Amino acid sequence: MRAKVAVRASALAVAYPGAPPALEDVSFAVEAGGSVCVLGPNGGGKTTLFRALLGELAPAAGSVHVRGRPAYVAQTERTRLDFPVSALDVALMGALAHGRWWLPARRSERVAAYAALERVGLSGHAGTRFGELSGGQRQRVLLARALVHDATVLLLDEPLSGVDPASARLITRLFAELRAEGRALLVASHDVESARSFDVVLCLNHRQVAFGPPAPTLDRAVLEATYGGEMIVLDEPGAARAVTVHHHEH
Amino acid sequence: MDVLDALLDPLRSGIGRRALLEIALVGAFCGALGFWVVTERLTYGAESLAHGLLPGFVLAAIAGAPLLTGAAAGALAAAALIALAARDQRIGSDTGTAVAVTALVGLGALLALAPDSPQRLEELLFGDPLAVSDGDLAAAALLLAVGGAALAALHRPFAAVAFDPPAAAATGLRPQAVRFALLGLLAAAVAVAVQGLGSLLVLAVLVAPPLAVRRHTGSPASAMLAGGAVAVAAGVAGIELSFHAGSAAGASIALALCAAAGLGAARVRRA
Repeated sequence: MRAKVAVRASALAVAYPGAPPALEDVSFAVEAGGSVCVLGPNGGGKTTLFRALLGELAPAAGSVHVRGRPAYVAQTERTRLDFPVSALDVALMGALAHGRWWLPARRSERVAAYAALERVGLSGHAGTRFGELSGGQRQRVLLARALVHDATVLLLDEPLSGVDPASARLITRLFAELRAEGRALLVASHDVESARSFDVVLCLNHRQVAFGPPAPTLDRAVLEATYGGEMIVLDEPGAARAVTVHHHEH
Repeated sequence: MDVLDALLDPLRSGIGRRALLEIALVGAFCGALGFWVVTERLTYGAESLAHGLLPGFVLAAIAGAPLLTGAAAGALAAAALIALAARDQRIGSDTGTAVAVTALVGLGALLALAPDSPQRLEELLFGDPLAVSDGDLAAAALLLAVGGAALAALHRPFAAVAFDPPAAAATGLRPQAVRFALLGLLAAAVAVAVQGLGSLLVLAVLVAPPLAVRRHTGSPASAMLAGGAVAVAAGVAGIELSFHAGSAAGASIALALCAAAGLGAARVRRA
């Protein structure tokens, strides 16, 4: 029996209002329980793809299908660190996906939020102000919010960027658990090496450069077409190794 | 008991009681709403709206229509003109807004200073809480009841959108619609509060309370409750000052509010 498709894009093109397409010719499918690493340079279309999957941007051409309402985990620096909310408050924001936004959170939702914080190892920090947590802890709280959302598809933007090793191990283990539960993960990343642990990679540079299992897909030609001048390719026996030159947009 | 006696002075006159009631009703709502106005960085927008509604306010006074109607219509017209002027990206939205607001204040002053204008310009600019009508009190009570209910119902969307707009959108909220709801509450608050505090001073009751409490509160809900309480307390202090020093009531309240904001910030520096 074929596994259920969680995300499918067919000849997808996405454009911002009044501009030419920022992303074109994207066709891929992810099954429930699958994981995709979305690779590409800054401005290469990773965020644009996510915005199309979230339904914020309508396809300029082609189509996109997502099972359910996907959860989105942004980089923690994109959140308001000066906003007075606790870790529990942030986790509870995921419950807004279940509707009833005009009423206080249900008791069952509060229980779910505590359970989510426990799952990311932060049950002792439920009352701690979000802005006072470390980068890794903040990332885990945002993941707890996605757990409360209870989505089939999770979109994560650089979830391991600026995260301490202990948090990174916990997050990686959580990803495996989420996939075992039948959830699909799409992870935008700069890190070519970390992409090798995913089922498939999707390389974007204003259009789809490649889509497939990491080992055969990430060759020198694909990496050069994906990153252009942002990357140095180191030839090593057996595999091309790429080092990307980071410059974050903020 | 001389001090207590003196403090109760405003309550002994009908005018004083009405002024206290007005500032309590308006302060409780505006002090709470102000948390979201400051969080969403709408302070300049709020100021522009309050100043830009002056022509509508003056026209209502000339026509003998309720000032609330004039303030509401003036706020709507000002919002539309500001939105239009701020669209020109060549000069920047701040500059476009500043020119539009200055033009509206100029137009309002021109109308108010015309020979057949009954209401004095200074009352419209600086307010007169000692002259509030039954209609003004009813409008302030309605603002607190309906606006307060709206703040309670919108609490979770406001927090989610202020904290992380893309993730809030992913849960199904529409950040633009949520911000539009906040602007609607802001416009209603300005249109009602401008009766007592005037076009130039009304901003104080929206912005000073959240500044006074921002470093001393740990959640949006406590910041809103404390902001409302600070606004009411500063409003009462302003009216007491006005009664005993013979100072202008609207200006006394605005100064008391700003003093509270200064005290709130100063205590942090010592801590």
